[in-house]
Amino acid sequence: MTEELPHPYEKFLRKDRIPHIWCEGCGNGIILNCFARALEELNIDVDKVVVVSGIGCIGRVSGYTNTDSFHTTHGRPIAFATGVKLANPKLKVVVISGDGDLFAIGGNHFIHAARRNLDIQVICANNFIYGMTGGQYGPTTPLETWTTTTPYGNIEQAFNLVHLAAACGSVYVARWTTLHTRWLTESIKKALQKEGFSFIEAISQCPELFGRYNKMETGIKMMQWFKEASEVQHFSDPAKAEIKPNRIVVGEFVDIEKPSYERLLKEMKAKAAEKK
Amino acid sequence: MTTSTSVEKTSVVRSGRRFMSGDIACAEGALAVGCRFFAGYPITPATEIAEHMARRLPELGGVYIQMEDEIGSMAAVIGASYAGVKSMTATSGPGFSLMMENIGLAAMTETPCVIVNVMRGGPSTGQPTMPGQQDVMQARWGSHGDYEIIALAPSSVQEMFDLTVDAFNLAETYRVPVFVLADEIVGHMWERVNIPQADSINIMSRKKPTLPPNKFAPFKPDADLVPPMAVFGEGYHFHATGLTHDERGYPRTDSAEAQTQLVQRLCDKIRRNKEKIIRVEKTMLEDAEVAVVAYGIAARAGLSAVRKARAKGIKAGLLRPVTLWPFPEEHVAHMSRRAKGIVVAEMNYGQMVREVERAAKETPVIFLPKLGEEPHKPDEILEAIEEVRK
Repeated sequence: MTEELPHPYEKFLRKDRIPHIWCEGCGNGIILNCFARALEELNIDVDKVVVVSGIGCIGRVSGYTNTDSFHTTHGRPIAFATGVKLANPKLKVVVISGDGDLFAIGGNHFIHAARRNLDIQVICANNFIYGMTGGQYGPTTPLETWTTTTPYGNIEQAFNLVHLAAACGSVYVARWTTLHTRWLTESIKKALQKEGFSFIEAISQCPELFGRYNKMETGIKMMQWFKEASEVQHFSDPAKAEIKPNRIVVGEFVDIEKPSYERLLKEMKAKAAEKK
Repeated sequence: MTTSTSVEKTSVVRSGRRFMSGDIACAEGALAVGCRFFAGYPITPATEIAEHMARRLPELGGVYIQMEDEIGSMAAVIGASYAGVKSMTATSGPGFSLMMENIGLAAMTETPCVIVNVMRGGPSTGQPTMPGQQDVMQARWGSHGDYEIIALAPSSVQEMFDLTVDAFNLAETYRVPVFVLADEIVGHMWERVNIPQADSINIMSRKKPTLPPNKFAPFKPDADLVPPMAVFGEGYHFHATGLTHDERGYPRTDSAEAQTQLVQRLCDKIRRNKEKIIRVEKTMLEDAEVAVVAYGIAARAGLSAVRKARAKGIKAGLLRPVTLWPFPEEHVAHMSRRAKGIVVAEMNYGQMVREVERAAKETPVIFLPKLGEEPHKPDEILEAIEEVRK
């Protein structure tokens, strides 16, 4: 007789929403697991955590986390999170969304929230394509790879997300793959404790779509690629961290201190109230 | 419905007779009713609302944030409302177009919020400094899918204050985005305003859950079809989504039943309560043979024309919809049974007139469009009244 063991992080999951919709071999579950582990290890009051996501495969994550959560329109989770955080700064507002959602349709919100140094954490599951719609190329699709809308190979340059995040003023920037679960969890923990805008890129495998079109048709094969190509380098120049077929620089890129928007807002409100 | 406890009812807005512009009256009305969050993007002719909120909100412990665009502004307004703060934005045509995406999200997630549109001439960039009433149909139908909203049309600076107060109360009561459809003239005009005493301002706040978190379903409606609203951080651990969802807030993307139930309720919570929502102003309409229908700034010329007609012995009257949406079709239908004809004056090339024609059935309707420049002159409307009487 087999004994039914509880999932170690089940208190962070909405059990009545499981099974999830993600495909076999997908990396999104690993990212969710790392997030749950980070919450557990930090012993955060989950009543004060709000998970916000946009549209796409990883966008469904907000429906699976047992916190207050909101699944916004495509590209808008950061703008929505801005309203939540400023209306109630005591909340811990975490955006978990995809590369297409955050950097194509939602790119403007990302760069401005980072510039403002809004005190939120953004975790981007980068699977290099639009997964939910069936594998079209997006802003992070590497040059010369194959997708359903690049039948002759991709001719667009890809965003280097850690460089973008650093240039926009993020106080914490890290990149890991779904292979680096301990590092990824540690980075999420660090981000959750930092004041200001933090960004974590979690490179995630989509064997069904990106993998299948690029000779890595299983999750294992994609993770083998991550293993062979990744190089851990802490605080290297994010400008030189473009993702290449044979080289994925992972690690922490930025960890600085800067007053958050909320801190400056609080000071400004005090001044305004005094003046009144 | 309970009175908000988070809002200090004293000294938020100085009461008494004041002289101010419509945009400022709108901002003051929002503050008086407890709005403490504004997200927006500068745009003529609504900018003064943002400027006034930027100065006043921090004094009152609120937040003004200038977002990167109107898409983000509307998203932030929804976020702030879900965090428990009465929230608004103000814009004009081009910004209104960008907001449509998240206005749909607000309707779908039943977010109390207020959107002020100080209308100018369109389409596209159009005439930024000229008045218009060209966004009336967009307000009703601008986002995709079936839903209902509420829209109010102020025709004076006083109403910029009063109807902004009403807009928040309706938004909180029905959990719906509510529009204040003003225009450039009402927004920029300066008039005397009577600011009521703080304790005489009616302040409504959303219904709170009465069930504990483990029994609470965030989209399960009460008998009035409006669900009580939990906010983030209270321990309810609830989920909301723009996808079709069930009473638990969980996505139901393959159920015809879930789609039917949700969409019908989003519409019916307004439709079934429309008698409570709709407000019209009727002037000398009881015995009117000619009825003028006009709203916003155009209604003032309409009133003047009706008075002139009466002085000439013509039985004319004015029906002014204060609520544009839901459209007061019963009021129009009732009036048209007596009237020989109806004159509709609006500052566009034919929007609300379609609703009037639909409600008026066989009663003939003369339409007076107006594009750009100044609003209708009373004599233009008077001529049409005389035309009907012939």
